[in-house]
Amino acid sequence: MSTHNSYYIPNKATWPIVGTVGLFCLLAGFANYLNGSAIGVTWMILGLGVFVIMLAGWFTLQAIESESGMYNTQVGISYRMGMMWFIFSEIMFFAVFFGTLWYTRNLSVPWLGGEGTNAATREFLWPTFDAIWPTNGPAHLGGKIVDGKSTGEFETMHAWGIPFLNTLILLTSGVTCTWAHHGLLAKNRDQLIKGLIATVVLGFLFVSFQAFEYHEAYTEMGLTLGSGIYGSTFFMLTGFHGLHVCIGAIILSVVLFRSWKGHFQPENHFAFEAAAWYWHFVDVVWLGLFIFVYIM
Amino acid sequence: MSAVVAEHDHDHHDHGPAGGIKRWIVTTNHKDIGTLYLVFALAMFFVGGAMAMVIRAELFEPGMQFVQPQFFNSMTTMHALVMVFGAVMPAFVGLANWMIPMMIGAPDMALPRLNNMSFWMLVAGISLLASTLVMEGGAPASGWTLYPPLVLQTGKALPFAIFSVHLLGISSIMGAINIIATVFNMRAPAMTLMKMPLFVWTWLITAFLLIAIMPVFAGAVTMLLTDKFFETSFFDAAGGGDPVLYQHIFWFFGHPEVYVMILPTFGVASTIIPVFARKPLFGYSSMVYATASIAFLSFIVWAHHMFLVGMPMAGELYFMYATMLIAIPTGVKVFNWTATMWKGSLTFETPMLFSIAFVVLFTMGGFTGLMMAIAPADFQYHDTYFIVAHFHYTLVPASIFILMAAGYFWLPKWTGHMYNEKIGKLHFWLSAVSVNILFFPQHFLGLAGMPRRIPDYAVQFADWNMISSIGGFIFGASQLLFLYIVVDTIKGGTGEKVTDEVWEDASKHGLEWTLPSPPPYHTFTTPPTAIPTEHF
Repeated sequence: MSTHNSYYIPNKATWPIVGTVGLFCLLAGFANYLNGSAIGVTWMILGLGVFVIMLAGWFTLQAIESESGMYNTQVGISYRMGMMWFIFSEIMFFAVFFGTLWYTRNLSVPWLGGEGTNAATREFLWPTFDAIWPTNGPAHLGGKIVDGKSTGEFETMHAWGIPFLNTLILLTSGVTCTWAHHGLLAKNRDQLIKGLIATVVLGFLFVSFQAFEYHEAYTEMGLTLGSGIYGSTFFMLTGFHGLHVCIGAIILSVVLFRSWKGHFQPENHFAFEAAAWYWHFVDVVWLGLFIFVYIM
Repeated sequence: MSAVVAEHDHDHHDHGPAGGIKRWIVTTNHKDIGTLYLVFALAMFFVGGAMAMVIRAELFEPGMQFVQPQFFNSMTTMHALVMVFGAVMPAFVGLANWMIPMMIGAPDMALPRLNNMSFWMLVAGISLLASTLVMEGGAPASGWTLYPPLVLQTGKALPFAIFSVHLLGISSIMGAINIIATVFNMRAPAMTLMKMPLFVWTWLITAFLLIAIMPVFAGAVTMLLTDKFFETSFFDAAGGGDPVLYQHIFWFFGHPEVYVMILPTFGVASTIIPVFARKPLFGYSSMVYATASIAFLSFIVWAHHMFLVGMPMAGELYFMYATMLIAIPTGVKVFNWTATMWKGSLTFETPMLFSIAFVVLFTMGGFTGLMMAIAPADFQYHDTYFIVAHFHYTLVPASIFILMAAGYFWLPKWTGHMYNEKIGKLHFWLSAVSVNILFFPQHFLGLAGMPRRIPDYAVQFADWNMISSIGGFIFGASQLLFLYIVVDTIKGGTGEKVTDEVWEDASKHGLEWTLPSPPPYHTFTTPPTAIPTEHF
């Protein structure tokens, strides 16, 4: 029985049903929480716990199988295709929010301001509204709170402060990730581990800076999820990106742990490749954010 | 390390499935998972069908009869969501699971564990959705499109419906990734891309559609969630947002989504018709290109669902002309099916009857689509029963009929038993006649101005509504025959022993017919060397 030449097909899989139950409890709990039910949070924590156990168990199983040589080249190709198209689906997810930003800035906000055939709409509905980006809409939603009342005024994040610093951080982390990859290919274990440590540290540094930025936005600048369409698009885009940086950094941490355990060979290191692809994807999304959210 | 290999070896010797209920929960076998999908889809077909019966019963006469208006609207909404995400899509994924590995000479799907998870995610998603039926404020009643601001008035059901969309999206994306990896990476060496059966081709293209659109729908409903619970204003003009934006995003998903349901339908039809015409499929490569063209066009025509929403004139014109282009590749397909039958040695077993009815009735659904593609004409048809008639013609006597055909076509292969042809034919004729009594009058109702999604209507619409409802009840009842046939065939059917190729000369048309009936638990563990080339 050769395990190297035949396509590995597991006989059974117990983790998928565990993960499904976990995710189901997490989401059902979240829905209950949003509806104001007291039990919701308990279910969320339970579900998240089960889901995390599933992730740990499933990936451990994959790592053990991979290291014992059960995956031939063809299995590796399936995994690579899987990761590639998963990242494509993520791109489409971000495209929705970039598309939303484009649509509101270029079409619907000008229409609210009376552009095209909509002059009468503005005249009768929002006569005082000027369609200038950034905007929190004709009702001036949210904004800084003075004496317990919201003023409807907010500031936007300055591109060349922390965001620019974060751009440099993420670009550098892309370089260190590639440097680690070169280390792996050259069987230079020291370079591999140092490169990965640097990448993970830079990733979490990025997230910390962004958390600081969010804190400033909420406490000092009147910029919140509730400050109209600007706040909505700003936090939705940067928030989902930040979440993906966290996920990517956790994936890279696992890859770092496996490298430290002595996993991966120059000709067999799919997990590293997948993590690196994901990291570069997160990097590119940030460049889009930096240009379209912060600079323009 | 070596212990794991040993355990794996042990597993590998164990060729049969595990026993009991556990077999179905932890299975990684493409045939088991295909069966799970198909059984689940059939169950949801009857759940969604029961909701349709509520709708038709309420509309039997003018005036309020049985249900409250709010519940009526919940029924139209849930009927659509259950049928789309619970019945039609899973049924085709089930067929893909069963047939794609057997058609391309692969031992299984490329990612068997992921395959298991995508099925259970589907169950989880539909469970969340179904749970809304018993919630305070009722199930979503905004129509399956979930347009804001109306949908934001949903009661406790809203977050559950939104998260069910997320779970269903995860399920679909996992399934689609698996199909792409299987088709590109698992084919027998002799099975080049342009030798693949059309069913495999159409599913490959459908998988790309799914990966591109399910995240878009997930993004749209995520914004509904934050608008409702986290103070954002994506779809609120007071904050600078725009409710029409939701419609654009939804239909960017929604239009390719309806092709997700029709492209595999085309694939199955292109597989069945040549077998009973005893001829190769006419225009194989043009079928592939037509499918790809339809898929591409589906991404650039979405706003033809929004002609009345208030778009700039340039938008109306562009979406009108782009939509009309779809008629060209679709026409190629209808022509090819007809040409396949031309001068063939036709026989009319039940799968062929359903397929021929599909070609005729789908074409009618296509033509009414063309009528509504004309923006100024659509101003009259929009949101009337005309659109209801249109999309039901493209879904019921098209997707559903072809799913029935697929059931009759492959059940003997799957079970090794022959179904009862007499009851099959009875099922077909009852369905084919009643589906027209059900949906054809709805064209007249729509043209006369009866709006969709209302529980009551003006008396001038009474006659056609009653006829439509009668057709609906006959159609609904007829489907119980199919349930009977499925159960009967699994239990032994007519008792007639079916051959490996089941249908005369079918083994010239596809690899699956070279396998025993029923096929063993694992097939093509070593790839086949020769493949049928009948379709050239």
